[in-house]
Amino acid sequence: MPEIRNYTLNFGPQHPAAHGVLRLVLEMDGEVIERADPHIGLLHRATEKLAESKPYAQSIPYMDRLDYMSMMCNEHAYVRAIERLIGVEVPIRAQYIRTMFDEITRILNHLLWLGTHGLDVGAMTMFLYCFREREDLMDCYEAVTGARLHAAYYRPGGVYRDLPDEMPKYEPNEFRSDADIARKNETREGSLLDFIDAFTDRFPGLVDEYETLLTDNRIWKQRTVGIGVVSPERALQLGFSGPMLRGSGYAWDLRKKQTYAAYDKVDFDIPVGQNGDCYDRYLVRVEELRQSNRIVRQCVQWLRNNPGPVIADDHKVAPPNRADMKDDMEALIHHFKLFTEGFCPPPGEVYAAVEAPKGEFGCYVISDGANKPYRLKIRAPGFAHLSAMDEMVRGHMLADVVAVIGTMDVVFGEIDR
Amino acid sequence: MNDSVRTSSQERHAALAEQLADQFSDKGCDVISQLGEVTLVIPSEYLIEVATELRDAENFLFKELIDLCGVDYSGFGQSEWVTTSASGTGFGRGVEAGKAARDDHPTDFASVYHLLSIANNLRMRLRVYLDSEQPLVDSVVGVWRGADWFERESFDLYGILYNGHSDLRRILTDYGFMGHPFRKDFPLEGNVELRFDPEKNRVVYEPVTIESRTLVPRVIREDNRYLQPDSDEQDATDA
Repeated sequence: MPEIRNYTLNFGPQHPAAHGVLRLVLEMDGEVIERADPHIGLLHRATEKLAESKPYAQSIPYMDRLDYMSMMCNEHAYVRAIERLIGVEVPIRAQYIRTMFDEITRILNHLLWLGTHGLDVGAMTMFLYCFREREDLMDCYEAVTGARLHAAYYRPGGVYRDLPDEMPKYEPNEFRSDADIARKNETREGSLLDFIDAFTDRFPGLVDEYETLLTDNRIWKQRTVGIGVVSPERALQLGFSGPMLRGSGYAWDLRKKQTYAAYDKVDFDIPVGQNGDCYDRYLVRVEELRQSNRIVRQCVQWLRNNPGPVIADDHKVAPPNRADMKDDMEALIHHFKLFTEGFCPPPGEVYAAVEAPKGEFGCYVISDGANKPYRLKIRAPGFAHLSAMDEMVRGHMLADVVAVIGTMDVVFGEIDR
Repeated sequence: MNDSVRTSSQERHAALAEQLADQFSDKGCDVISQLGEVTLVIPSEYLIEVATELRDAENFLFKELIDLCGVDYSGFGQSEWVTTSASGTGFGRGVEAGKAARDDHPTDFASVYHLLSIANNLRMRLRVYLDSEQPLVDSVVGVWRGADWFERESFDLYGILYNGHSDLRRILTDYGFMGHPFRKDFPLEGNVELRFDPEKNRVVYEPVTIESRTLVPRVIREDNRYLQPDSDEQDATDA
């Protein structure tokens, strides 16, 4: 009789379903997982230590590169921590712009998650569908900041600039027919807000399309129903947040419960799961796509009717505009001091969190009164989720590991930091 | 509406601060309320007891550990900009060097815990000061299971030892890494760099060749706008 022994399997760090650089050491009895030991840190860049050596404002672009799928939400947590530390008021229009872009970011993130999770589990088409819509949203990023991913748009006291009146258009080229270009430019004739509005008109129908592919799909349900079940009590013990917590049945959403930006002025619902398995978390995230779309629509409506400043008028924190610098000595001095030295918040400590697409993303800043943070701790939702890997996959098959990694929505930029 | 929401949150946290002071001051705990956030400073021997109480008592129910991190206070309040020598050769910078005190922080290391109560919609922070030579504290994994990786991270980056943690390995740094990189005495550019050596046909570690440079010096300014009203009063009584 052949000897039966356990296998130790190395999953990643170059496995396509490892979503980046996860190295999982799996101890297996046949095809059943007995123990999972995730090794992380392959993307560790010491963001927090780097931030300690730079003035506050210079670390904003690092935030984009943490969770590189929800860029503006990370920035939001960081600038909110600074704003609370120095006590600067953010103009209402900037609050709405932030709310709108947070939700656009949430749609971007959930679309990527849906596409790649589908791809991992075997639904190739999802990937193509989702990336088609992501393209439009990244164009919004580009129109407002010039960058398609790493925006660096939020600043302490507001946002970098107001929304543009014009959308960039496709140029005629030799690869596409004129009719094709005209069709692509159809929604780009007006302002950015018109473009976003046209997107939100179209998007609920597109979410229906995704749902026809997955929600009642026999294979999809076989791969996700009853996989990676987390009870509500365990979800709290393990430090879950965001859709992972809501999938287990807690209606906990920082946008409602500890509201920030303009979330208390828009109307939306919190979707909640029942069973705490991969399928419920899928349903929660798909519903969040629809709710985000609703929020974006309300913000567009408000922003159309209410012009105003988008950054605080406090030149100790926010730079004066360029025209003022040409004939106002004081504005020039403020500008010089801000960009050579930065601002010095009072000594103190603050923790500010936002509801990022993956869960609670928080920044803990300790200031000793200097122009650089004394300590910055980034609380990444994925870190807590991934630490529950062992518990979630124990007793499941190898193929289910892929479904569980997918459902956690791990991004190593934030986990390794 | 925003104002009312904010105020009720402030009220809840003010009530929390009072309850904490009532319940834990006999254990030598300090309550600090700042910027609408409540911090409880705990002597390390009472950590597990207080943490369990905070998790289970009906008026707290801090069931979730949101974050755990180490802090190194050894450089607190130190500014890189020596004013006198700068003024000797050029312009004065209007900076009084190294004035901000470390008085509030008795030791070099601290372990900081952020808690969330979903039932009562409260947040709070625990801080435990640790010995500067041998930072050691009881592990809270038994209280909050989610502390596991956070404690490993704090151990990895700061060298804080968590007593009772079953698997205190490094987590973020490289296999075989030396030192604790987030301590203030660890250089930003590190100690070793690695490259592929084609002769040995493997990756080799060498001392770093890049030099550290400060682009923007660290400056601490006393800003009149941020002077606390109570410190004003103190000035008045002193005079």
